[in-house]
Amino acid sequence: MTEPVIRHYGPKAYSDHPPFSYPAYKSTSLRGPTQDLLTIVQTLSETTGPGPVWADVSEEDADLTTNAGTGAPAIGERIIVTGKVLDETGRGVPGTLMEIWQPNACGRYVHWRETAFPAPLDPNFIGVGQCVTGDDGEYRFQTVKPGPYPWGNHPNAWRPAHIHFSLMGPSLGSRLVTQMYFENDPLFEFDPIFNSVPEHTRHRLIAHYDHDVTEENWALGWRWDIVLRGRAATPFEEDDQ
Amino acid sequence: MSSHGETPSQTVGPYFSMRLAAEGQNILTAREDRVVIEGRVYDGAGSHIEDALLEIWQAAPSGRYRHPDDTRDLDLEDGFTGFGRTATDFETGDYRFETLKPGLVPDAEGAFQAPHISLIVQGRGMLTAVFTRIYFSDEEEANRDDLVLRGVPDSRRHTLMARLQDGSSPPAYRFDIHMQGEDETVFFDF
Repeated sequence: MTEPVIRHYGPKAYSDHPPFSYPAYKSTSLRGPTQDLLTIVQTLSETTGPGPVWADVSEEDADLTTNAGTGAPAIGERIIVTGKVLDETGRGVPGTLMEIWQPNACGRYVHWRETAFPAPLDPNFIGVGQCVTGDDGEYRFQTVKPGPYPWGNHPNAWRPAHIHFSLMGPSLGSRLVTQMYFENDPLFEFDPIFNSVPEHTRHRLIAHYDHDVTEENWALGWRWDIVLRGRAATPFEEDDQ
Repeated sequence: MSSHGETPSQTVGPYFSMRLAAEGQNILTAREDRVVIEGRVYDGAGSHIEDALLEIWQAAPSGRYRHPDDTRDLDLEDGFTGFGRTATDFETGDYRFETLKPGLVPDAEGAFQAPHISLIVQGRGMLTAVFTRIYFSDEEEANRDDLVLRGVPDSRRHTLMARLQDGSSPPAYRFDIHMQGEDETVFFDF
């Protein structure tokens, strides 16, 4: 076959995402575009993306309780985080690279910029992991529950416990970086990053406790599905103008 | 089939380099005919952004993308994925990619687009990713005919142009990114 397939994506649901500028999250004020985005017609440059090839080169590294490689387990509440990566029709998205990072159980990141919060480091926890979704889009990480931590946005600011997720997806437009939160966190109402998300979609960032995922005498289970922007529901006709 | 809404985006925050943008992911090739794309990321006050995440996606020199949808019978450079990423330098806001100049990719009307690289910009203080394109200043003729560039107002087209630096070897193109301000980079919706 010599002609490429242009499989168009549906429009991005901008109203489901945070705005570029959200005054309560102060550093957004100078960092988001102020001019309207310019709409362009999708070509191969947009309908392809690094996801498929990048997933090929990754290694399985989905257990953050042991992947520091020290031979000793990380300290903290051991948890399993599992779910599916889906497109907007509910189909699983297989073969997509998921990369995660998080602080340790005390809320401390292993990063040279983290100097202000005097919480202990855990020599057996590096706080990063990755996996590739299975045939039905399923994924599974084992880690320790991250602690909340303070930040400098406003007086006595604390982030709710969260795990950062990065997904490549099948195309450029399906690239997603987001954060997963844990249900019933008392810090939700105080966090401008969480609340920058429109009210009607905030629940999509919250993982739910699932006793069926919990493993006896081992770890508590949390379930969270992720939905990536999908292909257009109706195939576009070739432009014959 | 039930309908599922997109999971909302959140900022990459200040610590993404723990996992994303590992050392060397900005070097896509060691080939002698590689080109350098370099520049700085600025905020709306003209200060450098010390913690932006930049990701590029591009075709091989043949014009083909390494992706299942690109079924054209064209050469895919061995070992060249077309993807790279990097964090800006904390002190300067500078970044650098070493890559191959991409070839010609079809446009929406059956002709070819000018050579370009797709760029995704994220960072602390950015709640969602934004998308732009890097074009090459020494491709004047192709740039003139490019459908995307033709849709950009004259006054803003320069924000998409990587400028070839005199006497650089390998050839180095300068591409600064301005999130706001007079020279605000054109970002795309598609």
